[in-house]
Amino acid sequence: MIVLLGVAVVIAGFATRRNPLLVVGIAGIATGLLGGLSPREVLASFGEGFASSRSVTIFVITLPVIGLLERYGLQEQARRLISRFARLTTGRFLTLYLGLRQITSALGLTTLGGPAQSVRPLVAPMAEAAAEKKYGPLPEKWREKVRSHSSGADTVGLFFGEDCFLAIGSILLITGFVNTTYNQHLEPLHLALWAIPTAVCAFFIHGARLLRLDRQMARELAAAGATEADKESAK
Amino acid sequence: MIRAEWFYWLIGAVFLVMAAQMFLDRTNPKRLGTAAFWGLLGVGFVYSTWVVDKSAPSEPLGALVLVMIVLAGFNFTGRGKVSTTTPGQRTASAVRFGSKLFIPALTIPVVAMLCATLVKKIHVGGEPIFQDGSETILGLGVGSLVALAVGMLLLREKKITVPIHAGRNMVEAMGWALLLPQLLAVLGSIFQKTGVGTQVGRITEAVLPSGMIYVSVIVYCLGMALFTIIMGNAFAAFPVMTAAIGWPVLIESGGGDPAVVLAVGMLAGFCGTLCTPMAANYNLVPAALLELKDQYGPIKAQIPTAGALLLCNIAILSLFAF
Repeated sequence: MIVLLGVAVVIAGFATRRNPLLVVGIAGIATGLLGGLSPREVLASFGEGFASSRSVTIFVITLPVIGLLERYGLQEQARRLISRFARLTTGRFLTLYLGLRQITSALGLTTLGGPAQSVRPLVAPMAEAAAEKKYGPLPEKWREKVRSHSSGADTVGLFFGEDCFLAIGSILLITGFVNTTYNQHLEPLHLALWAIPTAVCAFFIHGARLLRLDRQMARELAAAGATEADKESAK
Repeated sequence: MIRAEWFYWLIGAVFLVMAAQMFLDRTNPKRLGTAAFWGLLGVGFVYSTWVVDKSAPSEPLGALVLVMIVLAGFNFTGRGKVSTTTPGQRTASAVRFGSKLFIPALTIPVVAMLCATLVKKIHVGGEPIFQDGSETILGLGVGSLVALAVGMLLLREKKITVPIHAGRNMVEAMGWALLLPQLLAVLGSIFQKTGVGTQVGRITEAVLPSGMIYVSVIVYCLGMALFTIIMGNAFAAFPVMTAAIGWPVLIESGGGDPAVVLAVGMLAGFCGTLCTPMAANYNLVPAALLELKDQYGPIKAQIPTAGALLLCNIAILSLFAF
C-alpha cells in the first residue's frame, strides 16, 4: 500500500503547482525507496529510464533548420501564402490539417507533423493569417486561442491516427505487455483495426469544434472589429 | 550500418555546442546554471549509449539526471536575449525568397518518409543501411541534416553558428519542459518495479461490485484517463490499469474481446494525455514554442474533445467487446 504515496506526491505537487520536474523527481525517489529499492537502485533506475527514453527528445534536431528558416521569414511566407486562398477560414484550415495529420499518422508517418516541425513554423501562422485576412490584426485573446487550437489539431490528429498503424509504439506496447504477461498471441493488426472507430469519432468531434471556432470568431470579432475601428480612427 | 546511437551522439553534440553558446551569452543572468543544465543533457545523451548496452553503470547517469532536476527545479536556469532578424527584415526576406522557404521545411518529412519506407529495404553487403527498427528516428535525423544543408545553400547562409543559435533560442524558450517526458518515463518504470499496479488492482477489486460489467468498463476507461492525467503518459497508465481491471475483470471474467478492450483502453488513456500538463511534450512544449502567455492554452483547447472522446470510447468498448 505504502508505494501509493508516490502517486499521492504527484497529485499533491500537481495541485500546488510546484515545478513538475521536481515533483516527478521526488515522487520517483520516494516511490523507489518506499518500494524497497536501495538508494543505488533508485539512482540506477533514473539512469536507465533516461537512457531508454531518449527518443522523445530527438525532435530537437529539427530546431536549427526551423530556426534558420524563421530568421529568413518562413512564418511570414506561410501567412502570405494562406491569405491568397479567399475561402479558407481558420476553422476549415485546421480541420483540413487535422484530417491530414490523422491520415498520415495512420500510415505511420508520425514525424510529418509536430509542434517544432510544423505547428510553429507553418500551421499556427497560417491559421492566424486566415483569421487576420478577414478581421485584421487579432486581439491577444484570439491569437492565443488560434495558436492553442493549432497545437490541439496537431495533437488530436496524431493521437487518434497513429493507433490505426501497426508498428506504432502504443500498439507494440499493448501486444508486448499482454503477450509476455498473459501468454497471449495478440496480433497488432486486430488492435489497429479497433482504433478506427475512435479515430472517426475524433475527426468528427474535433472537426466540428474547429468549425465552430469560425462562428465564434465571426460573432466576437465582427462586434469587436467595429469598436476597434472606432479606436483606430480616434487616434 | 548507420546506428541509432550515432544519431543520439549528434544530438548530444548539438546540446553541448548550445551549452557553450549559453555559457558565453552574457545577456543571460543565469548563464552558468543554464549552460550546466544543457551541457549535462548533452553528456547524458552520449553516455546513455553505454548504459543501454550495459557496458557502463547507470548510477552516474542517474546522479546526473538528479543534478539536472535540481538545476531546473530550483530556478537556476534562464534565457538570454534573443538576437534575431526584425519583423521588417523577415517580411522583406519572405518576399524575396517566396515559397522557396518551404523547400527545406518540407525536406524533413519527405526525407524521413523515404528513409522509413524505401531506404529501409536497401541492404549493402547483407546489412541494412539503417539499424533495424530505428528507421523512423534515423529518418528524422537524416531529414533534418539534409534540410539544414538545403536551407543554408538556398539562403546563402555561410555560418553554421546561425542555425544553431536560432535553435538554441527555441531550446531556451522550452527550458525544463524538454526534460519532463523523459523523466516521466523514469517514474513509470519505478512505479512498475515497485508494484504500484498490483496495489491499484487490489483496491479496485475491493471497491468494484462484481458482475457489473458495464460499470467495470467505465471504471477501466476513467481509470486509464485519470491515471494518464497523473502520470502524463498513457503508456505508464496502461500496464497499471490493465493488470488491475482490463485483464482480470473485463477479459477473463467478463469474456471481452482482448483486441477491443486493450485498443480502446489505450485510446481512453490518450484522452487523459490531452488534459494534463504532465504530458509536457504535447501540451507545455507547444505552448512554449508558440510563445503563448497561457501555458495551459493547448490543454484548454483540447479538454472538450477529450471528454467527448472518453464517452465515445466507453460506448465503443461497451458495444463491441462483449
